[in-house]
Amino acid sequence: MADTMQFDLVSPERRLASVEAREVQIPGAEGDLTAMPDHAPTITTLRPGVLKVVTAEGTDSYAVTGGFAEITAEGTSVLAERAMPVGEVTQEIIDDLVAEADTARREAGADAVDAAAKLVADMVAMGTEIGLSPKQPSL
Amino acid sequence: MPSLKDLKNRIESVKSTRKITKAMQMVAAAKLRRAQDAAEAARPYAERFNAVMAGLAASVGSSDSAPKLLSGTGSDKVHLLIVMTAERGLCGGFNASIAKLARTRAQELLANGKEVKILTVGKKGREQLKRDLADHFVGHVDLSEVKRVGYVNASEIARDVLARFEAGEFDVATLFFNEFQSVISQVPTAQQIIPASFETEEDEGASTLYDYEPNEEGILADLLPRGVATQIFTALLENAASEQGARMTAMDNATRNAGDMIDKLTTVYNRSRQAAITTELIEIIAGAEAL
Repeated sequence: MADTMQFDLVSPERRLASVEAREVQIPGAEGDLTAMPDHAPTITTLRPGVLKVVTAEGTDSYAVTGGFAEITAEGTSVLAERAMPVGEVTQEIIDDLVAEADTARREAGADAVDAAAKLVADMVAMGTEIGLSPKQPSL
Repeated sequence: MPSLKDLKNRIESVKSTRKITKAMQMVAAAKLRRAQDAAEAARPYAERFNAVMAGLAASVGSSDSAPKLLSGTGSDKVHLLIVMTAERGLCGGFNASIAKLARTRAQELLANGKEVKILTVGKKGREQLKRDLADHFVGHVDLSEVKRVGYVNASEIARDVLARFEAGEFDVATLFFNEFQSVISQVPTAQQIIPASFETEEDEGASTLYDYEPNEEGILADLLPRGVATQIFTALLENAASEQGARMTAMDNATRNAGDMIDKLTTVYNRSRQAAITTELIEIIAGAEAL
């Protein structure tokens, strides 16, 4: 069994990573999952969160907001709507993301309001995980 | 016959025009490089996205529960044309070719008794279509303040389009933009984005059976709106590259024409200068002989 697999992280604007990874921890919509080589083929949507890539050199973390991951035995590709290395995330960015999600929640129709509220909570959780203190909007 | 002074002024003015067009050409070349890089960087995302979507659409597409964005509303009465042009002119036939394609399509649809709505992105297209299709305008997206188109711009347009779709304002949406092929060739393209159509590259051997989390419909419902944004983003980038390419070619031509004109004017200038000298000489000689 191979002990590494190809990992690609792409956002619409750029390719952020293309490395040989040992494992990838993905914030899936239904819960976190870790993809390792020879994982069963899976496609999952993402929730906002921190994605961790373990390579021979160490661990890289990326903040992602929504998108999906395609996992096959040979590799994993994550297509994130917005993604950036955790180091690049500033308080300002996280505040913007939370505010944006909160606006969406306010505008959401009755059937989508729960999902939108979850999105806000996910954004806040992501900020906290990175070590910033996002403003908690009043729900 | 213009005087020598007039000619001289004329030459000076064409020379400064040439300087300007030359500078514009160089700016366009630099911007083209950046636009091409941006388009290049966006390609992996769009490709993977479409591959996954094509797979999903193939497995869910035929069922009744397929989302409306994929299967359509069941009619094709109202068409939304999203016409993407530049914010500036002086780029050859770039804006005109998109406008022409969109106008032809709109007239075709109207002739077939369909309803047409037009959303313009970029000022120039709006100006060109205003004369005969102004009644069909439903909105305009202004990108003149945007220096570099980002995904954010695309998702804003997508959000607007999707909101209209949800509200039942149209059945079919088509994007009009210029596809970048090379600096001298940009192809005006019409691409249908709602209901979504994916080129299913049939490589059956490679198709894997995936586990879907949460489930196929859930993923599809989540991804289709993103798909619209992705396609708009790709179109915006293609358009940006095409615009700069077209401008570069147009300005190159203009520079060359200015050069030709300067040569011609200089010839005329020299001839009339010589003629003036000859006349003067004859006058002097004639005067001397008369004494």
